[in-house]
Amino acid sequence: MGMALNNNNRPVFLDLTRIHLPVTAVLSIAHRLAGVLLFLFIPLSIYLLQRSLRDAQGFQSVVATLGHPGWRALLIMLIWAFAHHLFAGLRFLLLDIEVGVDRDRSRHSAWLVIIAGIAMTLFASVCLV
Amino acid sequence: MSRQLSGLKAWLWQRLTAVYMALFTGYFLLTLATLPAPLHYYHWHDWLSATGPAVALALFYVALLLHAWVGIRDVVLDYVHNAALRAALLGLLVIALFAAGLWVVKILLMVV
Repeated sequence: MGMALNNNNRPVFLDLTRIHLPVTAVLSIAHRLAGVLLFLFIPLSIYLLQRSLRDAQGFQSVVATLGHPGWRALLIMLIWAFAHHLFAGLRFLLLDIEVGVDRDRSRHSAWLVIIAGIAMTLFASVCLV
Repeated sequence: MSRQLSGLKAWLWQRLTAVYMALFTGYFLLTLATLPAPLHYYHWHDWLSATGPAVALALFYVALLLHAWVGIRDVVLDYVHNAALRAALLGLLVIALFAAGLWVVKILLMVV
């Protein structure tokens, strides 16, 4: 039985120049990546919350910290992660209740989520600068 | 440990917490937009030290930490196949999430 199920000879196709992921898969991978980024930001978010609520000086120091170019870049990346994770998550919730499941509509909504995430990031960046 | 939030239950918690966090995000951004800009410490502090908003923020962090547990657990289960390493990472994750939760409670208790 072990021999019969041994599929070590099955063909492997890993030509990265020819593998083409559908947009729905790209969206899903980005959703996971964004989720991990947001997870890593949790301790920092609590620290900033603590400092901002302690006193007026603490609040000002948080505002000043977030104004530095490096922090601003991090913030913009996190805004993308948040927006993409939120929009992609809403799309998954709609798919759960069987809205937009067919192939064409799910591809369109995947593009919409990716574009909305980027648009939101650009909008927030303009607001921050 | 991983049985406590496995399968359907984990799926459901992930979605319930997601819905709460989406609603809280809307509330948070709308309230921020109504406060005078640039935001001043006193407005920020007055807002989040009131009971309702502080509870809503605490619940947001509870939802966030539960959501992170389900999501990061999925990531660990997908990519870490060594049983001992997997158990160690999930154990560390639980400790880290609990500590984060206690930290938020401590901050909000000091503010309210």
